[in-house]
Amino acid sequence: MTTVAQSPAASASGSYVTSQKTIRSWLLATDHKRIGVMYFVATSLALALGGLFALLLRIEHLTPGPTIVTALTYNRLFTLHGVTMVWLFMIPSIPAAFGNFLLPIQIGANEVAFPRLNLLSFWIYVVGAAVVLGAMWLGALDTGWTFYAPYSAQSPSAVVPTLIGIFIVGWSTILTGINFIVTTHTMRARGVDWMRLPLFTWALYGTSIIQVLATPVLGLSLLVVMCDHAFSWGLFDPTRGGDPVLYQHLFWFYSHPAVYIMILPAMGVVSEIVSTFAHKNPFSYEAIVYSTLGIAFVGFLTWGHHMFVAGMSSFDAGAFGVLSMLVAIFSAIKVYSWVATLFRGSIVMATPLLYVFGFLLLFMFGGMTGVAVATMSLDVHWHDTYFVVAHFHFVMVGGTLTAWLAALHYWFPKVTGKMYSERLGTLGFALVFGGFFATFVPQFLLGNGGMPRRYYNYPARFQTLHVASTLGSWVLAAGMLLTLGYLSLALVRGRGAGGNPWNSRCFEWRTQSPPSEKNFDGEPQLSLGAYDYTTPWRTVQRTQ
Amino acid sequence: MLEIFRTIFGLPPGASSFADGVDLLHLFVITITLLGVFVITLFTLVFVIRFRKRPEDDSTPRVRANGKREALMTFGTLALFLLWWVLGYRQFLVMRRRSEPADTVYVTAKQWMWKFSHSQGQIENDVLTLPVNRPVELIMISRDVIHSLYVPAMRVKQDVLPGRYVTFWFKPVRTGKYPIYCAEYCGIEHSNMIGQVRVLTDEEYRNWLNDAARARPLASVGREAAVKHACLSCHTVDGQKHLGPTWSGLYGSDVTLANGDHVLANAAYLTESMMDPASRIVAGYSPIMPTYLGSLDPAETAAIVEYIRSLQDAPLHPTVPLPEPQALPVANSPARSDMDVRP
Repeated sequence: MTTVAQSPAASASGSYVTSQKTIRSWLLATDHKRIGVMYFVATSLALALGGLFALLLRIEHLTPGPTIVTALTYNRLFTLHGVTMVWLFMIPSIPAAFGNFLLPIQIGANEVAFPRLNLLSFWIYVVGAAVVLGAMWLGALDTGWTFYAPYSAQSPSAVVPTLIGIFIVGWSTILTGINFIVTTHTMRARGVDWMRLPLFTWALYGTSIIQVLATPVLGLSLLVVMCDHAFSWGLFDPTRGGDPVLYQHLFWFYSHPAVYIMILPAMGVVSEIVSTFAHKNPFSYEAIVYSTLGIAFVGFLTWGHHMFVAGMSSFDAGAFGVLSMLVAIFSAIKVYSWVATLFRGSIVMATPLLYVFGFLLLFMFGGMTGVAVATMSLDVHWHDTYFVVAHFHFVMVGGTLTAWLAALHYWFPKVTGKMYSERLGTLGFALVFGGFFATFVPQFLLGNGGMPRRYYNYPARFQTLHVASTLGSWVLAAGMLLTLGYLSLALVRGRGAGGNPWNSRCFEWRTQSPPSEKNFDGEPQLSLGAYDYTTPWRTVQRTQ
Repeated sequence: MLEIFRTIFGLPPGASSFADGVDLLHLFVITITLLGVFVITLFTLVFVIRFRKRPEDDSTPRVRANGKREALMTFGTLALFLLWWVLGYRQFLVMRRRSEPADTVYVTAKQWMWKFSHSQGQIENDVLTLPVNRPVELIMISRDVIHSLYVPAMRVKQDVLPGRYVTFWFKPVRTGKYPIYCAEYCGIEHSNMIGQVRVLTDEEYRNWLNDAARARPLASVGREAAVKHACLSCHTVDGQKHLGPTWSGLYGSDVTLANGDHVLANAAYLTESMMDPASRIVAGYSPIMPTYLGSLDPAETAAIVEYIRSLQDAPLHPTVPLPEPQALPVANSPARSDMDVRP
């Protein structure tokens, strides 16, 4: 009972951080929290690297011709930027780092279902990432992160080693997915039935389903590309009777759902934070849960909208167009629900909520321009231009990265027990948000003007907008560096955060921060709902 | 108003018959998007100010979603999205299905250049010269990897695939020079695979044709190619039925296929029949023709199509008449005439 009432700060029994102190105890930890933290460090390094590639690309675009790198280096850089950001950061960032840490606590469990598999999944990720990045020394590859055949089968760069790395990382994704699904099914504490699960857990559950179903298709397609490249199989090579468009179907069958692997956990984060800082139940818990499942399902049926001009029949194109409209509606439902959650709440502004508002604004732009590019005649003009680049960066960076920062600021006290400076948090948000806008709004205009993506040289009339975008990227980078700075500082000498600094009622805040090795002392008391804010806290304490 | 919109949103001039429609839809979609984002942001701001935490607050009422209102919001938004789709798909079909007769240009893409072969025999590299106000159909193939022909001013883009002919069409409505970009990443010089559409007035275009008329008439080149590749061993040019359908009067005719479908014998269909003969067999013939993919180069293909086109008005009846079959005694003539009625 005391666990619910007091949400104590780190108790005498110690926390998962202090229980064991050797490096070995971290590297071989089976504790889901430690694995989550290790994933966080690893994926953050990937983010830094991917960000560095992005900055170099932006600097290259300061002038229309060659600026700092050669065409070949440029082509490798945008490929590496995509590969690093998609597979090494976006896909594992929220699920494998925050998900690992929080999922068991949010369902009142003391572990995931397969702790050793969890550790294996982390090390598979590390090995895969090392192979991908190691391939840079062999020359990396210049195909773009989409590896379109038949170019990928002919490219004179290190296609095979890079793809092997991504293939390996895929295994880690699948194992994490299986682990989360089984954990959610079998490890829920007494009283936590499905419709009482925290929304972040629901989001992770939906994500895991996609991971398990879609990733094998990617693995197989990449395997075939490797064989095409290494042994001239020719499955996607028309000169040997293969079909290059088949590759695109297979690739997007994975990669469109992969977009939802990246955005669903972000949506889960937003659901949690809105409710906590509005101090109110979500406007419609059911709507958010069912739209999560809706996205996970319909997301599998929309891949063809990447191929409207690829040589598909008009009928197929139309079908994929209308299905894409259906998947958009689930995101709209979520946005309405988040905003309505604020209604009659008791709203406290803090850095995590600022990031969530940033998310809302950017994600709405990203989502609506997504519907715009699914409007088929418009896509003919926008396809493969900077408009599409801006659109998916609004979703991936404006959405996922912003939500990742929100999650980081929201759960930082949970994971470390420390608190950061709110003032620097606000400043960091202003820089990230402003920098993001300045970087990507010009790219919408570039796309309108017909600037194709993946162009090393570009016509001089596009220069002004390119320079604006590059300047924006520097502001964004400054914001990220500032955030890294003050969070590191808080880690070393931040003040104690207390058990539940945000006054949240969600299950993970019903234990001490940082949590003990077993998450809860004794059986977790979760009879009060995760979003039940109708009872004043003092009354709850008295009745317990 | 469209011009103001184009200026603000950085759109290129609209030089094809598609451009105005596409840009109007663009304006509609982007206005709704901005409006939607504005309204939702406004609600967020109002809520944040109106419902900010007050010291006495420790609990909040449980607000339950109003099902009717939720359904209205959901289906209202869905209806809007579907409206966009209907409008967009209709325009898309217009782009995909050519409704007017058009000139044909064969396009060969390769790393890293565009080659345009006109049916009058002119061949251009990286420049595509067209007359204004005349629809043009591009029949395209790539010699290596996937490219994508993108003409922003025409609002058209189509991937160019190796091993398969794809077609699209547009109608330039403004004279001028408009850039062509390759939009599908194709290797190190991808960003230099650029070109230009040059739209001329009728008179300028005729002059250009005359200047460029050093080339032989394409139909005669086509006849030579047809002889060289032994096309004429199976196809006659005088209306006679042989192993394959006659070329006489074939171009532009309605062809009944073995599966009962009908197809218009245009450049696209004839090209497909050379490259992938088995895909659409004419009714009454066996699928015995081998593929000519790889053995006919695009210029020859264009020339043969042009040759077939030149036979469009050739006599439909054989010049050497076959002996008339003797009329058999007709037993049941009404039934026969029933069978002649096309379904």
